[in-house]
Amino acid sequence: MKYLCLVYQEEKQEGNVPPGQIEQAKRDYWAFTEDIKKSGHYVGSNGLKHTDAATTVRVRNGKLSTTDGPFAETKEQLGGYFLIEAKDLNDAIQVAARIPSAKWGSIEVRPIWG
Amino acid sequence: MPASPRSWLISTGRFRAIDRLRKRRREVPGEHDIAQETTDIENYDVVDDRLRLIFTCCHPALNPDAQVAMTLREICGLTTEQVAAAFLTTAPTLAQRIVRAKTKIRDAKIPYEIPERGDLPERLASVLHVIYLVFNQGYFSRADLATEAIRLGGLLVNLLPEPEAVGLLALMLLHDARRTTRTTPGGELIPLEEQDRSQWNEPQIKEGVRLVERALTSRGFGPYTLQAAIAALHAEAPSSQATDWAQIVGLYDVLLRANPSAVIELNRAAALAMRDGPEHGLTLIDAILARGELREYHLAHAARADLFRRLGRKAEARSAYERALALAVEDPERRLLERRLREL
Repeated sequence: MKYLCLVYQEEKQEGNVPPGQIEQAKRDYWAFTEDIKKSGHYVGSNGLKHTDAATTVRVRNGKLSTTDGPFAETKEQLGGYFLIEAKDLNDAIQVAARIPSAKWGSIEVRPIWG
Repeated sequence: MPASPRSWLISTGRFRAIDRLRKRRREVPGEHDIAQETTDIENYDVVDDRLRLIFTCCHPALNPDAQVAMTLREICGLTTEQVAAAFLTTAPTLAQRIVRAKTKIRDAKIPYEIPERGDLPERLASVLHVIYLVFNQGYFSRADLATEAIRLGGLLVNLLPEPEAVGLLALMLLHDARRTTRTTPGGELIPLEEQDRSQWNEPQIKEGVRLVERALTSRGFGPYTLQAAIAALHAEAPSSQATDWAQIVGLYDVLLRANPSAVIELNRAAALAMRDGPEHGLTLIDAILARGELREYHLAHAARADLFRRLGRKAEARSAYERALALAVEDPERRLLERRLREL
């Protein structure tokens, strides 16, 4: 069964992180991704640019409306995702718990429909 | 128990249709099962289906209220109305909560299994809570539920002999050992000091005491073990007067530190009244009531009334019993309060 692990973290805090820690986080992400490729969990992943670059689009009564910014203002913002293949929710939770951002942000685990 | 508990649990909407199909298929020998997943689960080496279901219902990914509600209704067979009453909510709200949880079990694929050792501590607290609630539901009227809770508690102890699992089993055994002496044949509650102690289930008390001692010597015991230790002191005392009230008050002190709660404070006040005299207990109960937390709790007023009665302050006893009676719901408790009022 496929699960989408949505990685949320505070964009605002990222400016306060020392460069050394950012390098470490990159290494941790690389190692984690290699790990879940080896274990067969990995399906796909991407990081996202900040919500400054986000645009929200709606069509109402056939009329397009476009607004600047993310869909909702929240404390933590969606920063990336991992699409994984897992045996069940427990397996998916185990994988999500190893995503480096779980230590400072939150991971929302969503089963893929169908 | 149905043949396939997991699908029974999650069968809603189209899954119900699949179930029906599967059943029909089963009647045809040699036909393959269309729901492979369910077949695999049924071949699982079975510890106990009901315990496995409880662990599934108590998955941390489910809303905690829904965990308990779902277990009580789906596994222990309480009606939605009974569970709603226990949760102080309405039946439709509760039903909706359960449907949501069941849908999540299906959609997010929460596995039907006893979790691995590493995941157990997170789950154990809810499982213990559920078993204890089932036991409590059976306390007055449903002896079968109390027996079932004890059976599940025993299975849990075999599966993981954690101190609190042992403590809960001891607590239930010790309370249940007094079951036959707790009410009159007419269904009136008999308070502890008036119970016929010769009728208590002696072997069950011995087993309970043995388990309490085991839990107390292991590190990491908690509220269930402490309550069991209190129950053990009551169970072993030849009479109310000869009870070791000092030790009971001491155990309540430890319990309060581990688990601050106004109800435990109330119980401590009642024990302290036995150790130091009714007026000391009254001071404590009045202080608890003054904080407002237990103002609507019938047992707080009943305990207060008992102390006034022992002091011979009849008018105050009467008004406190009347207040308790106005708040009490369970029939056996109501009848005891009515008798107290008559006797004044």
